[in-house]
Amino acid sequence: MKKIKLIFYIFSFTLIFLNNLNADNSQQVDKISKNLRCLICQGQSVYDSQSDFALSMKILIDKKINEGKNEKEIYAFFKNKYGEWIVYEPEISQNTILLWVIPLILFIFGGILIIRKVSIK
Amino acid sequence: MNKNIKFIIIILFSLFVFFIFYKGLEKPNNYLPEKNLNKIETSLVFKNLNDQKEIILEELINNNSFSIINIWASWCLPCRDEHAYLLKLRNLNKIDIIGINYKDKKSNAIEFLSDLGNPYHEVLVDLDGTKSIELGAIGVPETYLINNKIVVKKYVGPLDDIKLKEIIEIIKYEKN
Amino acid sequence: MINQIGNYSLFIALFASIFLIFQSSNVIRNKSKNLDGKIFSVLSVQSLMVLISFFSLIYAFIVSDFSNETVYNNSHTTKPLFYKISGSWGNHEGSLLLWLLVLTIFLFIFFISSKKLLNKYRILTVLFQELIIIGFLLFILFTSNPFLHLFPIPKEGTGLNPILQDPALAIHPPILYLGYVGTSIIFSSALAALVCGMVNKIWAKHIKKWIVISWIFLTIGILLGSIWAYYELGWGGFWFWDPVENVSLMPWFCLTALFHTIIVLEKRNIYQSWTIILSIATFSLSMGGTFLVRSGILNSIHTFANDPSRGIFILCFLLVLVLLAIFIFFIFQKKLLKKLTKTFLVSKETAIMVNNWFMMFFLSVVLIGTIYPIFLEVINGSKISIGPPFYQKLIVPFLIPFLLFMAVGPKLKWIKDSLSKINFNQLMLFILSIAISFLLVKLYGISYLLILPLFALGFFLFFLTIKDFFSKKSTLSQKISHFGFSLFILSILFNATFAKEFSSNMKVGDERKFLNKIIKFENIKIIEKNNYKSLVANFKISDEKNIISLNPEVRIYNQPRTLTSEAAINSNIYSDNFLVFNVIKDDGYYNVRYQFKPLMMWIWFSIILISVGGILSYLKKNE
Repeated sequence: MKKIKLIFYIFSFTLIFLNNLNADNSQQVDKISKNLRCLICQGQSVYDSQSDFALSMKILIDKKINEGKNEKEIYAFFKNKYGEWIVYEPEISQNTILLWVIPLILFIFGGILIIRKVSIK
Repeated sequence: MNKNIKFIIIILFSLFVFFIFYKGLEKPNNYLPEKNLNKIETSLVFKNLNDQKEIILEELINNNSFSIINIWASWCLPCRDEHAYLLKLRNLNKIDIIGINYKDKKSNAIEFLSDLGNPYHEVLVDLDGTKSIELGAIGVPETYLINNKIVVKKYVGPLDDIKLKEIIEIIKYEKN
Repeated sequence: MINQIGNYSLFIALFASIFLIFQSSNVIRNKSKNLDGKIFSVLSVQSLMVLISFFSLIYAFIVSDFSNETVYNNSHTTKPLFYKISGSWGNHEGSLLLWLLVLTIFLFIFFISSKKLLNKYRILTVLFQELIIIGFLLFILFTSNPFLHLFPIPKEGTGLNPILQDPALAIHPPILYLGYVGTSIIFSSALAALVCGMVNKIWAKHIKKWIVISWIFLTIGILLGSIWAYYELGWGGFWFWDPVENVSLMPWFCLTALFHTIIVLEKRNIYQSWTIILSIATFSLSMGGTFLVRSGILNSIHTFANDPSRGIFILCFLLVLVLLAIFIFFIFQKKLLKKLTKTFLVSKETAIMVNNWFMMFFLSVVLIGTIYPIFLEVINGSKISIGPPFYQKLIVPFLIPFLLFMAVGPKLKWIKDSLSKINFNQLMLFILSIAISFLLVKLYGISYLLILPLFALGFFLFFLTIKDFFSKKSTLSQKISHFGFSLFILSILFNATFAKEFSSNMKVGDERKFLNKIIKFENIKIIEKNNYKSLVANFKISDEKNIISLNPEVRIYNQPRTLTSEAAINSNIYSDNFLVFNVIKDDGYYNVRYQFKPLMMWIWFSIILISVGGILSYLKKNE
């Protein structure tokens, strides 16, 4: 009797564990696919698109997660195949440093302009 | 800052922006990954269409001559259009063509080949499309000209007269 | 025949334009006797001609006159009447004609409603506006003519894109264009005021009406676009930071900044240069946006025409206008008040400057995000994508100080005020806001770092703006708009934090459990309609309290052959239940996506509130 109970518990825990694994996967897949561009659509993400390419991409992302790859590695994998263009969030690299920095510089510049026009008395 | 200097800087900046946009208009807008000198992922394992036997892509690719990988599907209309060109490449030019059947039904694929002819010396199956992505493809039809595991030329979309000519030229050139 | 009328009216309008440009430039040499009358008559003729042209295009669509190439390309005899009409502006050529219509009619209205102002100023405004109008006329007549003849006359059109057959989308362009094109009047009149040395309180009071009108239409236009995207595009989102969306948002930031600055100019007669710069920038962004969207230089799901040659025309035209504006600014800026006005740190003027500061920052983020890929590609050939993560990462953190300033700024007095008047009530509200936010974060285990300050300040602003309704300190329009804004921030925060989604492949009879709900795929029906085949699925979403029935649809159109997905949305004041399904290759299975979206209706409602504030401001009798 005790043995049966033990097997039952192990079995259920495994099921729950696997279920959570998959549940986690779909959230991860969603997150990653939202950040990838569907290459045969005009301006849709892989998450949004129902095209063949997008559907296959989602399956492949799932596979890669199961292989143990993390988010960064998966993005790198696709960038290697298709170029930087496929990832929506521009990483901070030599190419994109200005992209991130210019608005901030402008903000500081604006602040300075205002301070110069203001007096405290 | 001197008013005149400000003025000149702003004018120059506007002209710079204009120039960039002008140049930008000349660029084609549909991006095709230009990584042409990529190695092909030969470690991929496929099942054969006819007998479900497992094959590693590596075994099918010739080491010292050209091969062609063609991704196709029975439900893909442009694939029908380009089929004649594949037959030509196989029969006239004796090039090995590996077909990858993309997200298709076995019976439909076999019917397609018996109706229109079979240019492939081996047909592999990619049921969920993931293996094609591993190869770097984005859809059907897509054709790769390979020499010794390196992608020499990649064609997105159906083959036509111009592309066929190009393939033949490249092969001829290498032979000499 | 109708085609000829449409075409020739435009040519008459062109001649009118040439006449007006020459005549109005006489005013520079101070030869302005009796100019008023002449200009009035020719302006009326021009507006009338463009009106006739526009209506003849609509007529051609209504009667399905396929000898007209534009009608042939964009219509079909089976289209319902309403969409035949809206199809006339739902294409590149027709939409340009609409732009032109608004340009001319607004100018006409401007001319007759500004009789009390300096004549030289009015005529110069006509001059500058006509420079814009003539550019559009030439563009339309020679590169994008909606009246091209087709022979032999086809029996049937090639159909309007089914996605465009939607009521919100039908009225979205006209309303948006009223916003965009309104900025042209602001541009022209700003330059005219500059030349006349008239950048002062009187001009501010006069131009404020135009700024508000443009702003109202632009706000509602953007809202309609978002609502359409949410209900129609089937992805459950309402803002994608897509280039075309960004293009409508950028002038909006400018207009909002300008709206606040013009109040300062009217009240205190300062910030003249900045007001002019903003006026020029707003219109440049409007037109620049038109360029970006129609030239094919951007990759977006919205893009209209992908014709680089048209892009070159617009680009050169825009360059000419911008250079002209810069020249005029530098030549005539001596006429602007020279005294170095400093404002006090704690004052309404400075608060408005702070508003402008943040508006310009948000503008720069969206502008750079949108055009950076173009620059990068031209300069070193690399292609990158800039999507929602970029915009969110840069904008969201800055919302925190912005909300704080919004809580404090609008209440400050003109000229000089002090912050020591923070009273007990406000402090209590602040603590209350922090407490609520803290509770929310702990209860729901929200992990996003900035959520606490965002919720806290969102609630704080919310409470403060409600409290404001009971004070007499500010105008009703300000109270409503600012309250609407706080509501908007809170709705977005709640929606983003607590939205949940589910995606799975299901067949008829399947049931899935999600959160506390059960999603059941009841059945699917096929219905043949007028110009499409419809697959209607029935789903039941049930939880402890009730059962919701949703009927999403997939439409298979035949002219041209496209598949669209119509989402089923159940909305109530608490949340939206959003369901969409798609056909996939697996026979019998469909991909089903369900989203639970709290407070969606409040997002729309808050923007309507913000616009209402603007409308009230417009209708307000001048003191």
